[in-house]
Amino acid sequence: MDLSYTPEEEDFRARLREWLAKALPTLPARPSPDDWPARRAYDAGWQRMLYDAGYAGLHWPVDAGGRGATPTQHLIFLEETEKAGAPYVGANFVGLLHAGPTIAAEGTPQQRARWLPPVLRGDEVWCQGFSEPDAGSDLASLRTRAWRDGDAYVVSGSKIWTSHAEVADWCELLVRTDPSAPKHRGITWLAMPMDAPGITVRPLRTLAGSAEFAEVFLDEVRVPVANRVGAENDGWRVTMVTLSFERGTAFVGEVVACRRVLGELARQARRNGRWDDPVLRRRLGRLNAEFRALWRLTQWNVSEAEAGGGVPGVGGSVFKLRYSHARQELYDTAAEVLGADSLDLDRTWVLDRLSSLSYTIAAGTSQIQRNIVAERILGLPKGR
Amino acid sequence: MRFQLTEDQRALRDGVRQLLARRFDADALRVAVASPGPDRALWRELGAAGLFALRLPEAEGGVGLGLPEAVLAFEETGRALLPGPLIATHLAAGTVPGADTGEAVVTAVDGSLVEWLTQADVVRGDASGAVPLRSVDPLTPLHRVGPDTPGAAVAAPDPVAVLLTAAEQLGTATRVCELAVGHARTREQFGQPIGAFQAVKHLCADMLVRAETARAAVYAAAVTADPADVAAARLLADEAAVRGARDCLQVHGGMGFTWEAEVHLHLKRAWVRAQRGGGVTESEESLAVDLVG
Ligand SMILES: Cc1cc2nc3c(=O)[nH]c(=O)nc-3n(C[C@H](O)[C@H](O)[C@H](O)COP(=O)(O)OP(=O)(O)OC[C@H]3O[C@@H](n4cnc5c(N)ncnc54)[C@H](O)[C@@H]3O)c2cc1C
Repeated sequence: MDLSYTPEEEDFRARLREWLAKALPTLPARPSPDDWPARRAYDAGWQRMLYDAGYAGLHWPVDAGGRGATPTQHLIFLEETEKAGAPYVGANFVGLLHAGPTIAAEGTPQQRARWLPPVLRGDEVWCQGFSEPDAGSDLASLRTRAWRDGDAYVVSGSKIWTSHAEVADWCELLVRTDPSAPKHRGITWLAMPMDAPGITVRPLRTLAGSAEFAEVFLDEVRVPVANRVGAENDGWRVTMVTLSFERGTAFVGEVVACRRVLGELARQARRNGRWDDPVLRRRLGRLNAEFRALWRLTQWNVSEAEAGGGVPGVGGSVFKLRYSHARQELYDTAAEVLGADSLDLDRTWVLDRLSSLSYTIAAGTSQIQRNIVAERILGLPKGR
Repeated sequence: MRFQLTEDQRALRDGVRQLLARRFDADALRVAVASPGPDRALWRELGAAGLFALRLPEAEGGVGLGLPEAVLAFEETGRALLPGPLIATHLAAGTVPGADTGEAVVTAVDGSLVEWLTQADVVRGDASGAVPLRSVDPLTPLHRVGPDTPGAAVAAPDPVAVLLTAAEQLGTATRVCELAVGHARTREQFGQPIGAFQAVKHLCADMLVRAETARAAVYAAAVTADPADVAAARLLADEAAVRGARDCLQVHGGMGFTWEAEVHLHLKRAWVRAQRGGGVTESEESLAVDLVG
């Protein structure tokens, strides 16, 4: 049990802080959440700044254009950027955290050279076309078809809940290439250019009012065979690499942010008198305990990743279950502090409360996470 | 940063677990329920193994280890349901003669309660006018001291005592999860193990999530010894132990409601420990103040 950082790590932190203090004031004003092209430009600009300073793809392997940083350095990076109020990855999320790492792990040298540098520079945006209307939690039952026609796959079907589809250049797409094989065995992973003929993107409004995700209809879209990552029909395994990345370090910055919000909430309660309610105070105190623990759990997961040197594993499910619930509890408590103002969309925390509702659904629902914990960690039998 | 246990820490934990498995098995537990100890011979053996003198400097005849090691040891005593005022005796090592070797059994007044008052050789704190109560936990005799006025000022709890109690709760949380999973794998109904039913599966998953989150908080508090980290650790560990024991009882069905099964002993002990150190309210309030401090 050692929670201290090495001198090299502290040095890394100090240099990062120094750079952030200089770099952040040069950022343009944040765009409106509804202006997607402006949001994309803003996120790309930030990524370019990271790239120029040598911080892009920090945790990616060196031979993939990354910095090959240790998980602990990555943790420090995410912690410090959040504390300094730097932008979130935003539209570069899928490229940096899902598609990129998948290509780095499974792609050919040509594929890496084609797709990874633009992600690191912030030049190209990716989206994730996995979920379908009839394939959500049961992702492996997806039905979007692809068949070979010369040097291309011809793809037809539809995807849903595709975040950032409107502004993406590429889509990491899961398609069914062998309908007769067992469901996990007939899936293939393709990189689909979003400007290909036959693609229709229809934005979907979330309950928070903005169009964060979309339906994507595919009508005989031609995707070169050269855009296939991994072998034909091996896409499920390739996908699992991606999903375990998603469940690993994806929430570090958010835990830091939640702790900051919690402090702001307590101070707001002091100002508006709600602090005098012992029930509310105790709820705030419990949340303090909760997020302290979640930070420690994050450090633990990072330590495990560092020791194992590999992809974060099922331990991420334990974290995600607890964290998604805690985040919702945080913003429900915010509503209690706000009182009537919690119904005013122009107040801080009200939109955050709405978006927190997605946390127990996206990236594997809480029920699915419990199945994973019970079956893969505790070894309980699968149900019939 | 290396959150994992070191080789030495792992060896210490395994050593305590083996000692307790040998000296305090299921039969010994049953005997203890019928006639609560503490078992003086076992107490001296624990003293010889260094449980009480664990954090005492080597120059004073102790083992010279730190809080993380103490937390690991008390996680094991909690897991094994070992009875007696173990933490009070551990805290008295170096101050009360004989506490370090296990010759003296030491208890302490904690708020309005004293555990093991009549059995202990030494009582720390003012236990005058103590009256016995019929303890809900058959393995923890209790006395009440002073008037029980909720909110009355009590001495600030010793953070080390609070943390070691959290370690015991963590041991319980882990153990009840194992018991529930073990039962869920073997007990069959409707032609399949009950652990294949999702309702049961999800109870078990939540037990593990609570226990592992508490573990991160307890171990981190052992390293930092920061009062707010300690308060956080106790809240998470209390929750993991009490709710875990409740869910374990549920998974055991009618068997869980019997005196015979060990499940109720875990729940009752978790309840006793949750009252220590000013109780949950105190910790929640201090953590609220920490946010604005
Ligand atoms: C904000 C947001 C962004 C998203 N972004 C993307 C994206 O970019 N790309 C993408 O591909 N997808 C994306 N998704 C989709 C997301 O992955 C799915 O919503 C999720 O996997 C759940 O699938 P579903 O919506 O079809 O719900 P369903 O699978 O229909 O689930 C409905 C309910 O049934 C429960 N349930 C289902 N199966 C089981 C079971 N076996 N045991 C117990 N309960 C079960 C679920 O827990 C849930 O409560 C996004 C979702 C959200 C909310």
